[in-house]
Amino acid sequence: MTQLLLFNVTNGLIIGAFYVLMALGLSLILNLSSVINFAHGGFLVIGGYIAYTITPYLGFWGALLVAPPLTAIVGLVVERVLIRPLYGRDPLYSLLLTFGLAFMIEDGTRFIWGAQGKPVTIPPYLSESLSNDLFFITGYRLFMVAMVIVTVALLFVLLRYTRLGIRIRAGTLDLETVAALGINVQRLRSLNFAVGIFLAGLSGVLAAGQLGLEPTMGTGLLMPSFIAIIVGGIGSLPGTLAGGLLIGVASGLTAVFFPAASEAVIYVLMAVVLLIRPRGLFGEEGMMS
Amino acid sequence: MSSAQTRNLIVLAGIWAVLLLAPYWMAPLGGYTALATRVLVLGLAAMSLNFLLGFTGVLSFGHAAWFGLGAYGAGLTLKFLALSTPLALVAGILLGGICGGLLGLLIVRRRGVYFAMVTIAFGQVFYYIAFQWSSLTGGDDGLRGFSRQPLDFGLFKIDILSEPNNFYYFVLFCFALAVGIMGFVLRSPFGRTMIAIRENERRSRFLGIPVERHIWIAFTMSCFFMGFAGALYALVNNFADPRGLHYSQSGDFVMMAVMGGMRSFWGPLLGAAVFVVLQDYLSSITVNWMSFVGLLFVLVVLFFPRGLLGFLQRSRA
Repeated sequence: MTQLLLFNVTNGLIIGAFYVLMALGLSLILNLSSVINFAHGGFLVIGGYIAYTITPYLGFWGALLVAPPLTAIVGLVVERVLIRPLYGRDPLYSLLLTFGLAFMIEDGTRFIWGAQGKPVTIPPYLSESLSNDLFFITGYRLFMVAMVIVTVALLFVLLRYTRLGIRIRAGTLDLETVAALGINVQRLRSLNFAVGIFLAGLSGVLAAGQLGLEPTMGTGLLMPSFIAIIVGGIGSLPGTLAGGLLIGVASGLTAVFFPAASEAVIYVLMAVVLLIRPRGLFGEEGMMS
Repeated sequence: MSSAQTRNLIVLAGIWAVLLLAPYWMAPLGGYTALATRVLVLGLAAMSLNFLLGFTGVLSFGHAAWFGLGAYGAGLTLKFLALSTPLALVAGILLGGICGGLLGLLIVRRRGVYFAMVTIAFGQVFYYIAFQWSSLTGGDDGLRGFSRQPLDFGLFKIDILSEPNNFYYFVLFCFALAVGIMGFVLRSPFGRTMIAIRENERRSRFLGIPVERHIWIAFTMSCFFMGFAGALYALVNNFADPRGLHYSQSGDFVMMAVMGGMRSFWGPLLGAAVFVVLQDYLSSITVNWMSFVGLLFVLVVLFFPRGLLGFLQRSRA
């Protein structure tokens, strides 16, 4: 029983770490540009398939290094061509556009790489279990969690100490003043979008090594990321972090006792949080209205 | 009578004439009556959504939930409770409307993107319930084993099951009823207040309008209409499935409203007609129809944000 519990909590934490990466990217874009990026899962899939394509040439480590920046470049182009004309218009339009884009990406990847799942080979020393008792803790899973921790730490350093990060945070609070101070808001939005998509691409590569690749995998990860943001509190990145881990562990734990509800439980969690604390766990008052 | 009023009357008469005669002009154009029925039902759904989106300015992206609940309400009633079409419709309306109204209480204080996000997430709650509760709903396979029943007026019965034209006129009657109520509400002082909130929420608040309560009432009414459309949809297909509650269905409804023209009363019906016919056609000629539907979304947003009717009105002006 203890082992089962441990197994599912670990699973939950690892899945939660995925949600965190996805949700942080979504959250960055939402906070600065008021764009709900429905195509975020699509970018995750693009990152994964880019990694799949270049692994034969550069190996897993090369793919891990190259695929996320390439995904971010795709994101930059999309932002420049499709999303930039929509800033300042009703958020409805960017929502609809990214919604359509998600369709196109899913269908496009199916067209290029086929509907069948694709495996991404990871180095053999990463796929071994660390011990017999804790068979479920493979090197790769530990590595994934370590990657997520490093990435999140880097992101917080970026936001806290670099000029770009400070501008992003300032823009989140009051974009007009930031623009009045002479900062190029368009470029700020583009860079911020690229950072968000970079995170999606990275989660794509990591997810590909663990789960294999399918054109539909992004859609499945999108909704939990939304909920991570709502539970953590819209507008708060630490909240998104906590929210992602929380719903991961919650669905892991539910899988032990009531497997059928392991997906539904995150929605219940969201409803409870919104009832008791409408702004979310870490949300600022008024941020959501 | 001013010329604008006369023109409006002529347009209105034209719309109803087209709808009334649909079974007669659809067939020669290569369509079929069932397609017209589907347009009518999905058009009603898009108009119900637009009641909130276009006239109150509140973006709900989870409205498929109320549509799907309406469908399950009607389907479950026919399957387990009573073999009566009107009763099934009432059950669907109540299920969609009451669930929507209760949930509205939770989310009515949110605005803009945040409202959209919370409605998406809560809509998915109902999707998961329909998906997981297989013993009642049939799960992923959907709810089968029911069919619409003849309308029993005591003295005579009308067969709406095997006579597509009869069913079309029954749906048209329901559509007219719902749309009539919608139009009546929008002309009432309450409807004017909804538009005032859309145009300037802060000013409306200063005028002493209880904005939250008005938005909640508009949201709830829209959910009732949505449940009605969903219940009719279950009768159209004799089937209800969880995908009817999924957020991608909500996206389709928003798309219909935007494509037709959010600011006009009839726009969403036009949007639904174009969308349904296009989807029907695309899925018959290519397996990659998803790409084309996605492309349609992108193009409409970039080039026709006011929708077809908005575009026409503008080029005439």
